[in-house]
Amino acid sequence: MPETLELAPGEVREAVASLRADWDMLLSVHGCDYLPAEPRLGVHYELISMTRLERLHVKTRLTIEQAEAGELHSVVDIYPSANAHEREVFDFFGVRFTGHPDLKRILMPDDYVGYPQRRDFPVGGEPVLFTFNEHETPRWYE
Amino acid sequence: MSATADTHDELLTLNIGPQHPATHGVLRLKCTLAGEVVIDVEPIVGYVHTGIEKSCEDHQYWKVVTFVERMDYLSYYFNSLAYCMSVEHLLGEEVPRRAQYLRVAHLELNRIASHLFWLGTSILDLGAMSPVFYALRERDQVLDLFEMSGGQRMHPRYFQVGGVIEDIPPGWETKVREFLVEMSERIDQYEDLLDRNEILLQRLKNVGVVPEKRLLELGITGPLLRASGNPWDLRKAMPYCSYDEFDFRIPVGTIGDNYDRYRVRMAEMRESLKIVEQALDGLPEGPFMTTNRKIALPPRNELATSMESLIHHFKLVTEGFRVPAGEAYVAIESPRGEMGCFVLADGSSKPARVHMRDPSFNNLQMVPDMCRGAYLADLIASVACLDPILGGVDR
Repeated sequence: MPETLELAPGEVREAVASLRADWDMLLSVHGCDYLPAEPRLGVHYELISMTRLERLHVKTRLTIEQAEAGELHSVVDIYPSANAHEREVFDFFGVRFTGHPDLKRILMPDDYVGYPQRRDFPVGGEPVLFTFNEHETPRWYE
Repeated sequence: MSATADTHDELLTLNIGPQHPATHGVLRLKCTLAGEVVIDVEPIVGYVHTGIEKSCEDHQYWKVVTFVERMDYLSYYFNSLAYCMSVEHLLGEEVPRRAQYLRVAHLELNRIASHLFWLGTSILDLGAMSPVFYALRERDQVLDLFEMSGGQRMHPRYFQVGGVIEDIPPGWETKVREFLVEMSERIDQYEDLLDRNEILLQRLKNVGVVPEKRLLELGITGPLLRASGNPWDLRKAMPYCSYDEFDFRIPVGTIGDNYDRYRVRMAEMRESLKIVEQALDGLPEGPFMTTNRKIALPPRNELATSMESLIHHFKLVTEGFRVPAGEAYVAIESPRGEMGCFVLADGSSKPARVHMRDPSFNNLQMVPDMCRGAYLADLIASVACLDPILGGVDR
């Protein structure tokens, strides 16, 4: 299994920038929720070196407050591949990447409320919209 | 062929999709056009988001295989392999060699089926009606083989954590060998039809060129990267599932235009045929599933005589197996690039997080680079040669 580098959210951007010369590609950025452990959220970066045939796993943990206050900086200008992945992490976990060029939801609808991949978000809690119940559904008029 | 916007002052925003046959699924493209020239294009995804990753958190490990197969619906064996390997890594479970060879044979057949579907639909996008019928005819034969070994044509749930669910039935090997011979001739026929076809050359040559450096920046993998001359293939670079025992080559292109992408995929099908043949020739004897009864279901015939087997069976079906806490990211080479699966285990019998790093999701980021400055008609060709599967993109 690849080496893991665990960093504080504030250090990630600098660390990734210093790794840029050695690691050819950033293949994935994904989030996860460690509920009930604190800090709850995790963001993982998967780097790969094509010459040394190695992987590096960069990992950071942050609380919900830190994530929503934007303490984690975007790495899109260092690795442009992070663009869609960071949007996905924002969409599902509510991690606000400071400095991301276009941070908006990617898979969920633009007007969606909540971050559905968090562990305290229920599975299947949403009413299905039909004509008969659309008036009872919150925000139907928007 | 590149064109420039010069005489056009007015820009037109054109929406393509999400329901459009040329977008290979429900992909929406917001194009900014100057006349017929694409100035910018923004791919918008999410129209088939079904929350599979969220649903996985609510199901036991062995039931999740069914879910992940439905993500990228043309390369289901690859989805389930990435997931199974991730869980096997967390469990520290070794997969028997026979299972590994059976996996390789099915993976490569799946790669052929996936490339065939790509071939048919992409050439259809360029205006040729007949190749789609030919390609789907051969793909159907692969699906027949899948039906024979796993019981279903698509999403067969054949790979399990710890091995494969069943040994191959008698006669399967003969059928596969017949197919390999026929398919090899079929690829010759496709290439005779297409390789030097005047229309195809004009539509694909020098269209959608993206330099290798930019592809690396964008994290593009698979045939798209190999078409630009970079021989990056996880099967060779970081072998898994005993791929290091097989003799095959990695086809690469030269400049990374759409024609190279087409040629690379055609050549990959030939290499896959070679791998399947080697997998059948060298198929080791032995169990097709791990013998660890904490993970694998006991054989059906033991249930009537062995109390212990009955208990294992009952525990596995009602509760599932527990996976020690930890996290793993395992990547394999799917027909579209690096298919990674991240599994976070919290020690219970259900995963706390299953994330698929789907190659199509990442590869869609190169659409603007492929299409800027090209004609709108070439955008369709470029998206086709990108081969996105929207089920995998949106999950």
